[in-house]
Amino acid sequence: MTYPIEKIRADFPILNEKIRNKPLVYLDNAASCQKPQAVIDSIVKLYSHDYANVHRGVHTLSVRSTDLFEAAREKVKTFMNAASEKEIIFVRGATDAINLIAQTYGKANIHAGDEIIITAMEHHSNIVPWQMLCEEKGAILKVAPMTSQGELLMPEFEALLNSKTKLVSVVHMSNALGTINPVEKIIELAHARNIPVLLDGAQAIPHTPVDMQKLDCDFYVFSGHKLYAPTGVGVLYGKQSLLEAMPPYQGGGDMIRTVTFEKSTYAGLPLKFEAGTPSIAEVIGLGAAIDYLNTIGMDKIAAYEAELLAYATQAALKIDGLKIIGEAKEKGAILSFTLGKIHPHDIGTMLDSLGIAIRAGHHCAMPVMDFYKVPATARASFAMYNTKAEIDVLILGIKNLIEMFG
Amino acid sequence: MFEDLRDLYQEVIFDHNRNPRNFYVMENYDRMVEGFNPLCGDRLTLFLKMDGDLITDASFQGSGCAISTASVSLMTEIVKGKTEAEAEALFKTFHEMTTGKEENINFETVGKLAVLAGVREYPARVKCATLAWHTLDAALKNEQQSISTE
Repeated sequence: MTYPIEKIRADFPILNEKIRNKPLVYLDNAASCQKPQAVIDSIVKLYSHDYANVHRGVHTLSVRSTDLFEAAREKVKTFMNAASEKEIIFVRGATDAINLIAQTYGKANIHAGDEIIITAMEHHSNIVPWQMLCEEKGAILKVAPMTSQGELLMPEFEALLNSKTKLVSVVHMSNALGTINPVEKIIELAHARNIPVLLDGAQAIPHTPVDMQKLDCDFYVFSGHKLYAPTGVGVLYGKQSLLEAMPPYQGGGDMIRTVTFEKSTYAGLPLKFEAGTPSIAEVIGLGAAIDYLNTIGMDKIAAYEAELLAYATQAALKIDGLKIIGEAKEKGAILSFTLGKIHPHDIGTMLDSLGIAIRAGHHCAMPVMDFYKVPATARASFAMYNTKAEIDVLILGIKNLIEMFG
Repeated sequence: MFEDLRDLYQEVIFDHNRNPRNFYVMENYDRMVEGFNPLCGDRLTLFLKMDGDLITDASFQGSGCAISTASVSLMTEIVKGKTEAEAEALFKTFHEMTTGKEENINFETVGKLAVLAGVREYPARVKCATLAWHTLDAALKNEQQSISTE
């Protein structure tokens, strides 16, 4: 079956927008993805017909909302192939999930002199929570280095593993470079020493099928808004045994079993980690996004995007003065680049005038920028609805702006 | 192809971006302030040589986009020979030109700086143009060693 690109494009109403009188070419998907009509409709339907607070009342609307909310958890479980819906914790996003792990698992298990391993290509969200924890505990953050292509140096990574290592926290796919890390090998090496592994899947999960039981990682986190779902919802996957042993994160409603002024007891999984009213509509929207993706298939999306990336990379390599930042062999649909002395912000403004949305900046990965000795890069990132014709528009725009800068 | 952008990217901007004026580390400066925009990574170091309240020399180092480089380059040219009060007045005029109401712009007083008036239409880029002037403002007030705009 051919990839139904025309149908997919028709499913995303925003793709009809004109930007500065030109058709929108949306290539900032690594920052956030656009939403299909099915997701928008799920929210409208909820608020129009089914909405009330969840896990509370006995009234009909509360039951309807709770059913829709828990059905979304089941959809996430199946989508990630987790062993149980108890392993799916709804949070605000990937950042929130990593902070949760640092503040619960981290505080309980990481002590003075212990080591946490990350990589040179992490997003700030997988650096700063660990720095905060290390500062508080007197633990040490170790950074596994990468090559100039943006590939993790595996022997160096392996050499960092030792008896003091208490956690390996690695990005599955880099947002600044597109690198897809050899996570199976990383997990195998860490598990051989009984070290748990957290994968930051914020970029990977929209582009590739993930299977928790096959991967056997201990934690996996992602944000809904990069998976065609609303903002304000994300998922923390954790192995049930680990989650059960962890202390709760925030205290409040929903996460308790009993409360007296002397002592409270906590709810079981997953509610133990979901204090307060959750992002109900957003969670249900995430369920709708997963339903939508399942109608197409993550394998097909991955294959289509690989084709887009190869096409864009070939065209970009032909442009004099364009340098691709991030040339790993295993790479997701991200094209990060610089144009010599032309600053990425000028590139961003000029492409915007042609209706093209790209990201220009440090991509919340300042250490990656330092590594490549650039203040910023321009980044075009592709999604399931982009086309080769859009890449042609991008490439033509880049060629013309180089000429204009002279 | 980029006709819409001609108000923002005028030839003078490209010229100053390609060949920034007063682009060197000053020896024996009297004031030095670093300006940094953490959102975009633009950073510059501004050096001033003073004689009483007269700015006798100005130079800069740093890296940024064409708008920010042209803005600081133009600024170092224009503030040489100005008193502190005159430079402060220019800062206010420039600020008004880039962020205020169009009818309040006095094109006679802004002079050469008028080439940067185009950023008004690009809110995401205003800080690129004003970073230089906020850095100058800090240098004139002699308050701190580094400033940042967010």
